[in-house]
Amino acid sequence: MNAAAMTRPELEQIRAWLEDVPDPEIPVLSVLDLGIVRELRWDADTLVVTVTPTYSGCPATEVIGRDIEQALAAHGIAPVRVETRLAPAWTTDWLTEAGRDKLRAYGIAPPVNPGEGMAAEVVIPLSAIGRRRALPEAGVECPHCGSRNTRQTSRFGSTPCKALWRCDDCLEPFDHFKRH
Amino acid sequence: MSDAKFEYLLRLGDSALILGQRLGEWIGHGPVLEEDIAQANVALDLIGQARMWLAYAGELEGKGRDEDKLAFLRDTGEFRNALLVEQPNGNYADTLARQFLFDAWHHALLEGLAGSNDARIAEIAAKALKEVGYHLERSSDWVIRLGDGTDESRTRMQAAIDALWTYTGELFEPDAVDAELVEQGIAVDPASLREGWLKLVGAVLAEATLTMPSPEAWMLQGSKQGRHTEHLGYILAEMQFLPRAYPGAPW
Repeated sequence: MNAAAMTRPELEQIRAWLEDVPDPEIPVLSVLDLGIVRELRWDADTLVVTVTPTYSGCPATEVIGRDIEQALAAHGIAPVRVETRLAPAWTTDWLTEAGRDKLRAYGIAPPVNPGEGMAAEVVIPLSAIGRRRALPEAGVECPHCGSRNTRQTSRFGSTPCKALWRCDDCLEPFDHFKRH
Repeated sequence: MSDAKFEYLLRLGDSALILGQRLGEWIGHGPVLEEDIAQANVALDLIGQARMWLAYAGELEGKGRDEDKLAFLRDTGEFRNALLVEQPNGNYADTLARQFLFDAWHHALLEGLAGSNDARIAEIAAKALKEVGYHLERSSDWVIRLGDGTDESRTRMQAAIDALWTYTGELFEPDAVDAELVEQGIAVDPASLREGWLKLVGAVLAEATLTMPSPEAWMLQGSKQGRHTEHLGYILAEMQFLPRAYPGAPW
């Protein structure tokens, strides 16, 4: 396989090809936008792709592994080994800016980072548990009309990573990609 | 050498697995669509966690049992899940009371395990902790909403807490397996979680205008030795039917 080794594409090129591998549940996002591809490296003639799962039970994880292998095979990269890495645990902070824009355009409100005017969306506000906990000063920005006059209607949506929200200005319901 | 660790991993994996299976029973039967979806999502997190714990247990055991074999080919006496999680779904207050009592314990346990000397246990715990924080938020919200709700919902939530209380004691009872692993810095001493758990549960029940049963009440135990309530056998009969009737059937 010396010939193959000589024409081996750059890792940056391979990474760029992964831009075409969509998340199966939210196809506007690529696996790169999600921030789950943590490392690309060669192990002899095998390309090793290290992926971090989003949620422990997310059924998309296995599909993503297969999709990555197929996409790379189409570019002549084989064999490919997809390895799972748990630590550090995936966080929505790894979502790219481009990914956030794509989510918004798709009608899903992206996760809100700390310091963006919605301090209450912390991951585990145990101290705040209780019926009278402080409501966030501003809601998640509505992906349809941009209003922050919004509220959560359900803690879970169609996938583990989303919650259901509703805009009180344009009255449209929308998905919110939860901060995790 | 790793017998204790294998045993400990079964406890973690089985509790997540059996509660996940119980929550799955709600699918298609939730009181509203959003709650149906919520139960499914919590179940999914737990089954994902169970898979990671049991896969590790199988590797340590080294007898060729993967997470599927451990989940589908053991009988009741070999299961190590907490008695609390095998209790029936009952009405919605029963399900959410069970979830809350479990989540409050689970969250504290995972917080401790995230600092385990065993790197793999630490990373699984750190990952699961993020999900369980969200579960705890939701279940405590529900305890408060139903407790401080109508007369009917309050009566049911109080009855649910009272009925499940006897299954909470064993969560904090250490045995030789715990002692050995605590000594090695791998596990968390269950007794050390009790004070924080009582405090959190007490605060949420107070907010819910409910009465906390006595922490000194008589408690059932036995799951660490594989002694279960009669409910577990029925869960396994349903969960394991397919792989037992059609051995080796792939998805």
